[in-house]
Amino acid sequence: MYRGHPGMLAWVLHRITGLAVLLFLFAHIVETSMILVSPEAYNKAIELYRQPWFKPLEFLLVAAVLFHAGNGLMVMIIDFIPTPSRTYRRMFWIGAGVYAVLLVPVAYFMLGGLVGLR
Amino acid sequence: MRAVRPGYRERPSGGVPLFLWFYMRVSAIGMIGLVIGHLYIMHILNSTDTIDFAFVAERFRGPLWRTYDLVILIFALSHGLVGLRGIFDDYIHHRGWRVAAEVAMWVVGVVFLAFGALVLFTFQPPAAGR
Ligand code: HEM
Ligand code: HEM
Repeated sequence: MYRGHPGMLAWVLHRITGLAVLLFLFAHIVETSMILVSPEAYNKAIELYRQPWFKPLEFLLVAAVLFHAGNGLMVMIIDFIPTPSRTYRRMFWIGAGVYAVLLVPVAYFMLGGLVGLR
Repeated sequence: MRAVRPGYRERPSGGVPLFLWFYMRVSAIGMIGLVIGHLYIMHILNSTDTIDFAFVAERFRGPLWRTYDLVILIFALSHGLVGLRGIFDDYIHHRGWRVAAEVAMWVVGVVFLAFGALVLFTFQPPAAGR
């Protein structure tokens, strides 16, 4: 490992996104459990997702899952197929490009309503 | 030439660490399609503007989505916790505190797993027309 490799940034983000999604999962289990209490309790719990200010956070969550999944796949490829550092660098930038392009439709579907696109 | 894998865990040589290393990868492959499918269903096919109790009650009328959710629940929770365990390993150097953190983590994990599964197994949708 040496300083400045773009993979180092990917590793930090992998760790942060993993932790963030785990934290969300705990809240998500509690929130879903409200279906046992009453329809009103569940509808109240998920009202959060309808708040305009929450939509960007929800988008961040989905973006975090997608990053973690995509980067995780790349980690597994490198685990099982010996990959020279130069190749990994190229994979990193291709991955970053694919990720950026993928986020466009996701943003459209999740945030489009906020700005009157949908 | 050796690959540069900044940060990520090298494959351990054996024992429990090797098993957990493989488990991280097996659970990752197991859930990748399911989690992305879940998000696709919730955000593209539907929207959090329309999801409500009736939506979930309809989906939970049969065993299909309950089973689907149960698989995500098991994989995501266990994968996340094994990942967290590795993070404890990296940052908590005092053995006693590390073991304490890990035990606390597994207790919380089992409680949430049991609770999430309880919801999926016991939920009774109200009679149609609600
Ligand atoms: C959707 C598919 C997913 C894939 C492909 C994936 C892949 C991976 C891989 C390969 C690792 C191991 C990295 C290493 O050994 O250093 C990892 C670590 C981790 N994952 Fe996932 N994961 C996924 C979903 C999740 C979810 C849903 C959560 C949260 C509940 C999560 C939380 C974590 C955590 C906390 C770590 C430890 C990170 C670290 O040590 O820096 N992952 N993931
Ligand atoms: C903001 C994004 C999300 C939305 C809107 C959402 C929505 C829902 C809804 C409506 C349910 C109720 C059951 C159903 O209809 O299937 C549910 C259950 C569930 N979701 Fe999500 N979900 C999101 C993200 C996630 C993520 C990222 C994960 C994985 C880490 C996840 C894991 C689960 C699990 C495990 C259950 C079952 C909970 C239980 O056992 O009671 N969800 N989700």
